[in-house]
Amino acid sequence: MFRVLLIPVLALVTSLALGALVMLLFGDDPILAYQGLFQGAFGSGRAWSSTIRKMIPLILTGLSVAVAFKAGLFNIGASGQFVMGSVFSVAVGIHFEGLPMYIHLPMAILAGMLGGMIWGAIPGFLKVTTGAHEVIVTIMLNYVAALFGGWTVYAGGTQGQTPGPLWDPTARAISETPDVLHSAQIPWIFGPPYRVHFGVFLALLAVLIIWWLIYKTTVGFEIRTVGQNPKAARYAGIRVEKTVVLTMAIAGGLAGLAGTIETLGLNHKFAPEFGGQVGFDGITVALLGQTHPVGVVFASFLFGALDAGAAKMQFESGVAADIIQVIQALVLAFVAAPLIIKALFRLRSTQDDRHSASLNTSWGGS
Amino acid sequence: MSFWSRTARVAVSLVVLMLLMAILVELTPLGENKWMRVFFGVSALNFTLRAAIPLVLGALSGILCERSGIINIGIEGMMLAGAFAGFVAKSSTNDWPLYLSLVFSVIVSLGVGGLMGLLHGMLSIRFRMDQIISGSVIIILAAGLTSYLFDRDAIADGKFTPIPIPLLSEIPVIGPVLFNNPPITYLALLLVLVVHIAIFYTRWGLRTRAVGEHPRAADTEGINVNLMRYLNTMLGGMLAGLAGAYLVLEAVGQFQEGMTAGRGFISLAAMIFGNWTPFGALGAATLFGYTQALQNEFLLAGVTTIPRQFVSMLPYVVTIIAVSGLVGRVRAPAAIGRPYDTEGGR
Repeated sequence: MFRVLLIPVLALVTSLALGALVMLLFGDDPILAYQGLFQGAFGSGRAWSSTIRKMIPLILTGLSVAVAFKAGLFNIGASGQFVMGSVFSVAVGIHFEGLPMYIHLPMAILAGMLGGMIWGAIPGFLKVTTGAHEVIVTIMLNYVAALFGGWTVYAGGTQGQTPGPLWDPTARAISETPDVLHSAQIPWIFGPPYRVHFGVFLALLAVLIIWWLIYKTTVGFEIRTVGQNPKAARYAGIRVEKTVVLTMAIAGGLAGLAGTIETLGLNHKFAPEFGGQVGFDGITVALLGQTHPVGVVFASFLFGALDAGAAKMQFESGVAADIIQVIQALVLAFVAAPLIIKALFRLRSTQDDRHSASLNTSWGGS
Repeated sequence: MSFWSRTARVAVSLVVLMLLMAILVELTPLGENKWMRVFFGVSALNFTLRAAIPLVLGALSGILCERSGIINIGIEGMMLAGAFAGFVAKSSTNDWPLYLSLVFSVIVSLGVGGLMGLLHGMLSIRFRMDQIISGSVIIILAAGLTSYLFDRDAIADGKFTPIPIPLLSEIPVIGPVLFNNPPITYLALLLVLVVHIAIFYTRWGLRTRAVGEHPRAADTEGINVNLMRYLNTMLGGMLAGLAGAYLVLEAVGQFQEGMTAGRGFISLAAMIFGNWTPFGALGAATLFGYTQALQNEFLLAGVTTIPRQFVSMLPYVVTIIAVSGLVGRVRAPAAIGRPYDTEGGR
């Protein structure tokens, strides 16, 4: 247990130290910045609520990337799947007036997951049928999803362009959907100003289910086998193609659920600027959590805190919030290459450093 | 593997076909037939070239790295870093003579791109990080650092302007499209030829390919595998940096956060589409550039029947079709993605 935590903790400490160094180098005050960061993340009830709230989508996109990793797939497409989840859930959420909540809300959530699943299954399907690498396809689908999402809420143009199907006409020139009906909103736990909603329990439930699926079921065994050795998996009678598509669909469904929960629990509408970064952060979170569902929860908590504190940090110390992204990239680097940390802290190398997770087996289809 | 592979031939023929169509369109009175102009006008071709240049440079960057066996999905980050470095250099030398300051900025971009390449090399060779993760680190790091350091009040004065080549620029259609361009555009087109010759006709290229195809054999022949990989990753980084310089110093004139906007990733697709050959990559980049040009031409022509978001999807959808339709017929260097141990541990 201690060894599992050692590398991530050292990675975080080193990254914060390097981040401080960068700030010093460019004339910012790191102590003031980190004070603001800590206050913004844990300094008050509102700070805690904000940390938890930011953690929710990260858990789900992190899980999404982690599940794909288990099958040896690299899902960079979580942000596209996130957007599709948002769009599909909002499409159900703004329609069907008069439905009771116990029907409408699950319907909207399922729709969102479905949107994400479709968007995740496409790269899986293309990979097994044509050999197209999922890294490129998922990245391209991110752009397509962002444009598609933009079109659904498009306010129309001055040259007579037709507005998108989900656009709210009362918003005039603003491209956004109407508010999700009350019967499809995920309720807030404490009420304003604490914007923590019950989605946090949905996310934790997803963690449990995925943990069970990966480690306790045949499907999970197949996923892990395909990830470790596709040839052996095929030899053992596992249908690798089916497993790849299924894994990508599950991964997409999780990222879609992230978008769904953000939409139904927090934003209550969709606009093109929602989403994006969370998908990319999912990669870092998954790696930091060592692609284990429980690890993902801890990593999301950390990143949620960093994100929640960033605004306060910028406000209190004047240090641009973008430095947080630098720190996150450093954390990723140190976790993905334990050799650096071990060299820095003069730890003994273990056998498994030599062959850490390899993601590039099928690059270019060769 | 034949350098003049089928994909390269297909791609290059497409380019030639487009030029021919443009000449026809230009020379025939079309009257009200705006569609032909939208698709094949000189302005569409000009736009195509402008959009293709960073993609070509990015793809060349990928080719150098991957031919030596290092996957580089970090092109996007290297490009962004190069663009930012070029901008900082330009905006702090505004009082220098214009060309001196521009050339200085290009050199700074090249240097920073090379450093990003070195970082990628160190992470994936020295520290044995998975090369795809290392590329992701580069992308996130570049995005974060450039946004953190970006001074929104800084302004770069002036950018490269077109230099018409005497006589050649007088040729109808081909002249204004190919021979009336700013310097980095000429340089990029020249680099396609240079990289092609370097990879296929020099000792250095032979060694690079050997290291990427069969490092053990190359090692036995006395080639320093990891040194070759470091060199190629750094050169690749410099090319990506040049693409960034192109965006800031030639195309836009200023820096914007995240201004590479996925070009690094499309470059990767162009590299695969072009079967890891410079001319193939040029053809593929032109095709992607053309889809972007269409988007622009549609807008200019006032086409509103197709929502503009769907037109904007074109480059990305074409990329997906390209990588799904062609993989299987193209082949990546054999040893790609695998770290190399001299002591024979693997």
